[in-house]
Amino acid sequence: MSTVAQKRGLGATLWEYLTTIDHKKIAHLYLIGGGLFFILGGLEAVIIRIQLIKPENDFISAGLYNEMITMHGTTMIFLAAMPIILGIMNAVLPLQIGARDVAFPFLNSLGFWLFMFGGILLNTSWFLGGAPDGGWTSYASFALTSPTHGIDFYVMGLQLAGAGTLMGGINFLATVVNMRAPGMTYMRMPLFTWASFITSVLILFAFPAFTVALFLLMFDRMFGTAFFDVALGGNTVIWQHLFWIFGHPEVYILILPIFGLFSDIFSTFSRKRLFGYTAMVFATMLIAFLGFMVWAHHMFTVGLGPVANSIFAIGTMAIAVPTGIKIFNWLATMWGGSVKINSAMLWALGFIPSFTIGGMTGVMLGSAVADFQYHDTYFVVAHFHYVIVGGTVFGIFAGLHYWWPKMFGRILHEGLGKLTFWTFFIGFHLTFFIQHFLGLMGMPRRYWVFLKGQELDVGNFISTIGAFFMSFAVIVFLINIIITARSEKAPADPWDGRTLEWAISSPPPFYNFEQLPLTRGLDPLWIEKSEGNGKMIPAEPLDDIHMPNNSILPFLMSLGFFIAGFGFIFQTDNKLWYIVLYAGMAFAFVCMFIRSFKDDTGYFVKKEDLEREGE
Amino acid sequence: MSEITNNKADTFRREKHKEEMKKQLISFALMIVFTLLAFTIVATNSLEKMFAVPLLLIMALVQVAFQFYFFMHLKEKGHEMPAVLMYGGVWAALLTLAALGVITWW
Amino acid sequence: MSHEDVLNPKSMPHEPEKATLEGKNKFIGLWFFLGGETVLFASLFGTYLALKDSTHNGPSTHDLYELGLVFLMTILLLTSSLTSVYAMYHMKNNDYKKMQLWLAITALLGIGFLACEIYEFSHYIIGEGFTFRSSAFGSAFYALIGFHGGHVLFGLCWLMSLMVRNAKRGLNLYNAPKFNTFSLYWHFIDVVWVFIFTVVYLMGKVG
Repeated sequence: MSTVAQKRGLGATLWEYLTTIDHKKIAHLYLIGGGLFFILGGLEAVIIRIQLIKPENDFISAGLYNEMITMHGTTMIFLAAMPIILGIMNAVLPLQIGARDVAFPFLNSLGFWLFMFGGILLNTSWFLGGAPDGGWTSYASFALTSPTHGIDFYVMGLQLAGAGTLMGGINFLATVVNMRAPGMTYMRMPLFTWASFITSVLILFAFPAFTVALFLLMFDRMFGTAFFDVALGGNTVIWQHLFWIFGHPEVYILILPIFGLFSDIFSTFSRKRLFGYTAMVFATMLIAFLGFMVWAHHMFTVGLGPVANSIFAIGTMAIAVPTGIKIFNWLATMWGGSVKINSAMLWALGFIPSFTIGGMTGVMLGSAVADFQYHDTYFVVAHFHYVIVGGTVFGIFAGLHYWWPKMFGRILHEGLGKLTFWTFFIGFHLTFFIQHFLGLMGMPRRYWVFLKGQELDVGNFISTIGAFFMSFAVIVFLINIIITARSEKAPADPWDGRTLEWAISSPPPFYNFEQLPLTRGLDPLWIEKSEGNGKMIPAEPLDDIHMPNNSILPFLMSLGFFIAGFGFIFQTDNKLWYIVLYAGMAFAFVCMFIRSFKDDTGYFVKKEDLEREGE
Repeated sequence: MSEITNNKADTFRREKHKEEMKKQLISFALMIVFTLLAFTIVATNSLEKMFAVPLLLIMALVQVAFQFYFFMHLKEKGHEMPAVLMYGGVWAALLTLAALGVITWW
Repeated sequence: MSHEDVLNPKSMPHEPEKATLEGKNKFIGLWFFLGGETVLFASLFGTYLALKDSTHNGPSTHDLYELGLVFLMTILLLTSSLTSVYAMYHMKNNDYKKMQLWLAITALLGIGFLACEIYEFSHYIIGEGFTFRSSAFGSAFYALIGFHGGHVLFGLCWLMSLMVRNAKRGLNLYNAPKFNTFSLYWHFIDVVWVFIFTVVYLMGKVG
């Protein structure tokens, strides 16, 4: 029997995806899962904007509004942006360093399924008594007194999803450290790989703090402990610290890979080596380092005192320096290059001014004294949407357009791509630019309604119209995906690329590289092209390829924890739910034992089959 | 022929492992000494709190360094990345401790 | 050549735990995980430090802790760290029987530690009425010590399933990395305990 995969039916394909541990298929799963949650979070955003289209609107009730803002923020950050970024990393990072898979393929799959089940768990709250309503930050003071099970769903769902993300982070770290192809030294890695590597470090150090915070909140709400219970000597500020010690690095987790991705796009479409590669790498490290030391700028108004506030204000402003280095390096990369503007590049170009505005308002907010004015107003809302939408979402769209051929073997339609960009770009600025001024005029964030006659009407109306533009853009993007699914197959290297992922077919075979490539410098494929070779020089003779086996266990383990999650949540109502709790946990542990007791040494793709494939 | 060289290499390795084990035993003895010292200081109440607390912490740090560098071989070649990430973790840990230990009640 | 042969070479390499790519990955991955665990425990330590004086008229650290028991637990865990070093020593010398023996001793010491901890907790709960619900101090105490105890328990389960699974077969390149990663994890648990007995118990009793 051939060891190379055959064509399959629908059921077999489904089974393949449930059991897959191939990083490229897991990337597909992340993109599908993250994409669905992105649409869900987007719908929630539209509902929020419709509620605020006119003064004293009663489109949804106050309680539902709280649930909407909470779920919009939580979904977009944990269930949409992060998984899509992890998906792109999964698809691209192993290819960029010339690896056949990630370091821990099984863990990779487990990480995805934990995220997916965590996300589903969180969203089942809509049907089971009400969604969380404490805001995405879920400050302990509200969260402890919220009457529904919403916050419990928040705790359990994010605990699962967070565990999955942590696994992803460790996986990418080990992959980059151990699995680079011959000649691929650290300082020859593409910037996207570098940024993903540093992001993984952030994930590794930030998520445990969140794990503990969620754990404390879970015990306070479900088992009667007193971490945050002031009556028994608890302290709610602990939650704020733990949350933001995680939460600030989290925003860098969202933006650093995007910085890397734009670096690759700028250099590809300028047909130039990235300007200041070394500076870019070290700026990324510096941002990550500083990003860990500024969490308290979210807490200026808590009352930490002038000394602490000043220290954190200075730290915050310092981050503008390495970020500025990056902006200038991107501009210098395009300077004098033969710039080609297509949809991927449009997103990159749109990103620079949008993100810079967000960075600038960030420095304004970082000034502790002024922050007392801005705090909890729409100015803050405008700021973080400028960095997260203007940075992360633009980056995701850019990355999807750029790597779509590599991930799915089809090139997205250019015209529709440009339409998506322009409507989204215009809609984005319509929605959020005006919010700076609404904030400065005193409109508080997270309020259900605003009153007539406070000159907030026009601004809010414009903002809502902008949201419709963005929705339209997303619909166009979805249509683009569907239409191009039937178009002709993409070539291996549609953009005249520079890095290793463009050296293999689109989409790549499941073993990625028939022979591991030899890297002779930064932008390895470009070097071979400019020396007239046109393709990579192999670093090893053609031989059998060792591949890991597929497994359903990651899916089943996550399912077990998912079931146990309901047990945890509802045991406060009825002790019978403990049965569900124990059953779910036992199921997950049995799966873990099976994993330990059944040797899984993988299989070999035979050399003869590889030769036949190559013909 | 290859059997003999193999054996030689084997003996050499065994010797090296023995050397290593000796160092690990010494560090274990030191760890026990530090532990005894720490408990004695507290049990006999022989030192001022202002002096005892830093001393206890320093002794804990030294013990932990022994664990990492000798028991977990962090000092050896090929442990550069683990060391970097471990120190990163320690740095993040210190920040967390500073946050919760110092500025929570301000 | 099949993969079985690769994993069972005629003569064991110098470092069997890092001879295969899977072994290298496991080694580096576990170290990185420990880096993350550092932050996890730091968060719990921080919570404890912030709440240790919030006794809510219940027992304080001075009333509660008994140094004798803590000393015993410390010696048990420290020694188990050394015995797992011995196990790794024999693994590198390809002496499988002795490795299993030392691992068994490690497991026994770990079980002894856990038994002491269970005794300590039950003493506090029944004897002193000090539970994780009685005050913020109680919550923080049980969270920190319990998290560590949970790690010990997990480590024991891990160790015992490794020993049972590999009881009937010798050392090979498939299981050597697993034993090695376990021993690293076990040392780390000991590291955390060093800080626990210093920061929680000794500093809670001093002065």
